[in-house]
Amino acid sequence: MIGYETFDYWWWPYLFIAIAGWIATDMWRWFGVLVGNRLKDDSAALTWVRAVATALVAAVIAKLILYPTGALQEAPVILRVAATTIGFAAFLVAGKRIWVGILVALSLLIGGQTLLGL
Amino acid sequence: MSFSARRDGPHWFFKGARGIASLPAIILMSAFVGFCGFAVEAGVPFGETVFMTGMIWALPAKVLLVGSILAGASLPAAFITVALSSIRLMPMVAALIPEIRTAKTPTWLLLALSHFVAITAYVFTMERIRDVPREHRVAFFAGFGITVTTANIILVALIYSTVASLPALLAGALFFLTPVYFLTSIWASTRDRAGRIAMLFGLALGPAFHQIAPEFDILYAGLVGGTLAFLADRAWKHRSGRS
Repeated sequence: MIGYETFDYWWWPYLFIAIAGWIATDMWRWFGVLVGNRLKDDSAALTWVRAVATALVAAVIAKLILYPTGALQEAPVILRVAATTIGFAAFLVAGKRIWVGILVALSLLIGGQTLLGL
Repeated sequence: MSFSARRDGPHWFFKGARGIASLPAIILMSAFVGFCGFAVEAGVPFGETVFMTGMIWALPAKVLLVGSILAGASLPAAFITVALSSIRLMPMVAALIPEIRTAKTPTWLLLALSHFVAITAYVFTMERIRDVPREHRVAFFAGFGITVTTANIILVALIYSTVASLPALLAGALFFLTPVYFLTSIWASTRDRAGRIAMLFGLALGPAFHQIAPEFDILYAGLVGGTLAFLADRAWKHRSGRS
């Protein structure tokens, strides 16, 4: 199968990224424009589309926390989930201030990892 | 189109551009530092890292593409992985377009500007767009989208050579920033009940479908969770309407 390292030309990785990265993302944006152009401002269809978009993003969020890539893998899953949950609770208590939620969650993650000696 | 509307366009473009100093934009830039570190760690060269920052723009898609390259995935496999994770862009753009266009906005302009839609631009725009006069919303969105994308391309180029010296603890925290920021900002910017229910369903169904169908988990979670949330909201409305 053709892969990232198949060809030795300097431009091949760029073509690989253009196909598997650019086209793979922008085609959905273009579809979105065509669909969105047909949706009325406050129609039930738009409510459904928005709900699907939100659920998709929420699924991405859950996966980024539960099955992370890179350096975040070092932190135990329990710590990641606890830091997120408590951070979100702090965000709600603080009157939906986003920076409060982020500050609490990040402090718990870094503090927890330091305590565990990771 | 009146002359005054045209004169106001640049004003709203710069107003959007000033969003570079907002919390969402600053958090996104921190997340890009984390991504750049991941790309360096994975051995993706400088030019390609900068190239994918501008061309893909959506952060999760880039992380997955670098992951695919690391795993030695074939071109079709990498394409499918990135495409599946990016399906969410379609309903996001579809939800955003009716908010920003006017009857006169040309479709080619929306197609071109849609490239700048990712979660941050979506959240930023949905939060503030009601305060922007409708005829200037496209300019406002363009100002924010183009500025933030350009700034992050420059950022990635500038830090590429030094980011490897970042301590693992900090790099992990930068990766953690993205989901926590998405979670709080989307909750804060979701005004309708259907959206909130969809959020909860998505959070639960993402990992659930990951166990059953890991290749399509995000797609299933979005379609099933979003549809259930939509129906629950309808049923709720119907009942409160009757009583």
